[in-house]
Amino acid sequence: MIVPLQHILIFSLLLFAIGLYGVLVRRNIIGILISIELMLNAANINLIAFSKSTSLAPETGQIFAIFVIAIAATAAAVGLAIVLALYRVRKTVYTDEVNLLKW
Amino acid sequence: METLELFVRIGIYTLMALVLVFALGVVTLRNLFHCALCLAAVLIGTAMLYVGLRADFLAAVQILIYVGAVMTLVIFVIMLTEHLGEKSIRQNNRQSPAAVISLSGIVVLLAALLLRTPWPVTDKALQAKASVMALGKALMGTYAFPFEVISVILIACLIGAIAIAKKDLPGEDVS
Repeated sequence: MIVPLQHILIFSLLLFAIGLYGVLVRRNIIGILISIELMLNAANINLIAFSKSTSLAPETGQIFAIFVIAIAATAAAVGLAIVLALYRVRKTVYTDEVNLLKW
Repeated sequence: METLELFVRIGIYTLMALVLVFALGVVTLRNLFHCALCLAAVLIGTAMLYVGLRADFLAAVQILIYVGAVMTLVIFVIMLTEHLGEKSIRQNNRQSPAAVISLSGIVVLLAALLLRTPWPVTDKALQAKASVMALGKALMGTYAFPFEVISVILIACLIGAIAIAKKDLPGEDVS
């Protein structure tokens, strides 16, 4: 492999941490969903790197990356549908303004 | 051959740095539309990295599904909900310093663990190349059951997204 495995793992760790930061600090629900996509993407990079360097059956990691991409697409679709429904009812997309259940 | 390899290595590291910069843009920019464009750049950079890791089919799938479908959906919803004129609204909550501190702790811990773990990098795996044919055979053979489950999930998500986002009937009261 051209680049050592550890460098790719650290790169995807940083990408995951950036995504987690976005999930923790964003107020906008769409921003949180975008950050979740970043985190799933980092996991995919790990799967591909492992399938390239350590696995004995090289297609296994890629197959699971395909599954992760499919799940990410469903997550985005359902999440954005929820955002639209919320926006129609409450006229906001900010997490701290959605406090109907908070007492 | 040596110089070519060196250039490829420099290119891959530059690509990683660019992807990280765009990822920082995703979580820090104020305008959500710019965030979405940065996310598209991150996804395209990741697809290029997949090509570097000899996963050509995954790169194509990444461009098609993420950059094609998911990004369209995200930008569509941003256009529907965001008031692009209002620049003064705070986009981050007040947990930013605490998040940075705890996340840097996690990153240092995990990086130390990653560097110490002896990864079983085998020469056999480095030589192997997963062709699209092998991928399809594995998907239809070994992983046929998860494949079916994924298709059921996709149908459920399709119906669920329509059911959630559709306009309510006049008689119904949701609020």
